[in-house]
Amino acid sequence: MTTRILENVRIIDPSQQMDETGSIIIENGKIAAIGSSARNQGAPDGAEVINCNGQIAVPGLVDTRVFIGEPGSEYRETIASAGKAAAKGGITSIVTMPDTNPVIDDVALLQFIQRTARDTTDIHVHPASAMTKGLNGKEMTEFGLMMEAGAACITDGRKTLHNAAVIRRAMTYARDFGALIACETEDADLAAGGMMNEGLLASWLGFSGIPKEAEIIPLERDVRLAELTGANYHAAKISVPQSSKVIRRAKDKNLNVSAGISINNLTLNEVDIGEYRTFFKLSPPLRSEEERLAMVEAISDGTIDVICSSHDPQDVDTKRLPFPHAAEGAIGLETMFAAALRLHHSEQVSLSRLVEVLSTKPAELYGLDAGSLRVGASADITLFDLEMPWVHYKDEIVSKSKNSAFEDARFTGKVLATIVNGQTIYSDQ
Amino acid sequence: MSFPHRHLLGIKGLSEPDIFYLLDKAEEAVKLSLQREKKTSTLRGLTQINLFFEASTRTQASFELAGKRLGADVMNMSVGNSSVKKGETLVDTAMTLNAMHPDMLVVRHSSAGAVALLAQKVGCAVINAGDGAHEHPTQALLDALTIRRMKGTVGRLTVAICGDVLHSRVARSNILLLNALGARVRIIAPRTLLPTGIEQMGAEVFSSMKEGLKDADVVMMLRLQRERMEGAFVPSVREYFRFFGLDAEKLSYAKDDALVMHPGPMNRGVEIASEIADGPQSVIEQQVEMGVAVRMAVMETLMLASGRN
Repeated sequence: MTTRILENVRIIDPSQQMDETGSIIIENGKIAAIGSSARNQGAPDGAEVINCNGQIAVPGLVDTRVFIGEPGSEYRETIASAGKAAAKGGITSIVTMPDTNPVIDDVALLQFIQRTARDTTDIHVHPASAMTKGLNGKEMTEFGLMMEAGAACITDGRKTLHNAAVIRRAMTYARDFGALIACETEDADLAAGGMMNEGLLASWLGFSGIPKEAEIIPLERDVRLAELTGANYHAAKISVPQSSKVIRRAKDKNLNVSAGISINNLTLNEVDIGEYRTFFKLSPPLRSEEERLAMVEAISDGTIDVICSSHDPQDVDTKRLPFPHAAEGAIGLETMFAAALRLHHSEQVSLSRLVEVLSTKPAELYGLDAGSLRVGASADITLFDLEMPWVHYKDEIVSKSKNSAFEDARFTGKVLATIVNGQTIYSDQ
Repeated sequence: MSFPHRHLLGIKGLSEPDIFYLLDKAEEAVKLSLQREKKTSTLRGLTQINLFFEASTRTQASFELAGKRLGADVMNMSVGNSSVKKGETLVDTAMTLNAMHPDMLVVRHSSAGAVALLAQKVGCAVINAGDGAHEHPTQALLDALTIRRMKGTVGRLTVAICGDVLHSRVARSNILLLNALGARVRIIAPRTLLPTGIEQMGAEVFSSMKEGLKDADVVMMLRLQRERMEGAFVPSVREYFRFFGLDAEKLSYAKDDALVMHPGPMNRGVEIASEIADGPQSVIEQQVEMGVAVRMAVMETLMLASGRN
């Protein structure tokens, strides 16, 4: 039996309303005791005792929206390289999106991801199943078999289902298997040709914009269908306050509806695009500063449940192009937590709420064994220094692709160690 | 004074003195172009490459002539989509050309921001000859020069810009330039052809030609692309011409001596009636003449600023 003890550590665990200094005792990869009550219990022979000097431990972070290049575009990111990037960012569980080549729409492919993850990375990798075959927006995948094989959720990834009848049937069918339906919502016609948030800035740059209605209209449709079908629906990446209102109304009606947001939409705005910086070409687009602030408020007030990185590796072949031709997306595994801590340092969101939306809540919604440091839970722990300043230099990016929207960004708060099943898989040395 | 910019990527960022500097320089070039001997040796030994990713006979000819009159060696590259089809990216094309040590690159591209991207990657001066719906700075400068020569000033004049502002780089550059010089800018167009936030771009917006042209000193018409005429943005050519095409009746609302301008190429009978395009108030041909002068001024100025002449 191996025992590891984290001593003198401040523990923040929203799953048990804990914010106290004490010890974490890990036995065989599980939490054996935790909190101030776990102090001075005496270490068994051979136990490894780590003095954390008052630094903070939280349940390992859970990122529910990660795009990876494997299979199909391994030069952009493999499961192994994404795992390293995640570990550096304090993330211990990721949900991978099915938009790969081939699309993850079949049990064998789902198992390919699971096997590759088992063999090549230390973090927990939970593949999502495509909602429709080949993401074609028409025929359902085998939700039952996919869920049985361990799919984290049903999603068509970046694609918004165009056909309301298809999504209605998918919701109806998914319900019997307890599957979470996670959707991005962008009306392809309203957003057609749009390069960034619609508004004055886009107009001066010579771009047609993506109006917020392109997000709200399919979201309202989906929420109505969730009400009709009783589905467990997750709006994966909302970006405007009107969308929060839709979610708020659904929650007030006790619908099984939740929402997520990309860290980018919480910490950046459209002005960051400057003179055509393609690393800031994102989906949903970066919105105005007022809208960003409203979304931060929606995190605090409980309307939005999840912050995701929306990690989307792109190489120079898809980013070093004129803005209209460049692909959308930015990497984010390494910076999601540090960027989120900005919301704590600016006193807009409490630390425990941040941990809740970065770990406890996503784990709960996606049904993962994560997000909690309760006795008996897997010892997935993120240890960090809340006040350490650092700069995110391009040369230090672990991810295979370097398209970070936080290149050269200054952060306060750094991950010191990432622990999965009791083992330290990353250490900031 | 000197000119504090290395490239001309847009009117944005130019001050009023910068603009006057270029216009004054262009006046000298106008004189030169009227002489029998039109060629100088100002830019002798320098290489100018015209890199046109989007076809344009007129602008390319104007830049070519401007460079030749200044004595530069001019090379035209009409890239079209051929390199793009072969998979070469804009940046690769730029690096290839840069290795040939040009002194000036004149670039037109269908994507907004493409010229700025290219300018970051090359070591020479870059002149934007139009990038998507973003900017077309030499067009705005030649329009200002035309107005100034005809009216003596640009400031305090009322200039009405009519038509497809949404897709127009000419409109954006002109709005910026006219505001910088203190003119009053009006925009007249159907709402479907206006960008979001147009009211905050420094222009007064009208949906009726009668109101918008009232007492205008200058009427600038914009080209309406064919593919935008038939149902996508406006229902039909005849409806567009009826409400927004410049004919004698609509022009009568402007001042009697109002100038009529068009950046070309014109769609006669769509945005402008032939009788107006060819009429006494039209300065469309002068615009073309001023185009060469303005481009000479820009190139000479940038080469002077970079210490290359």
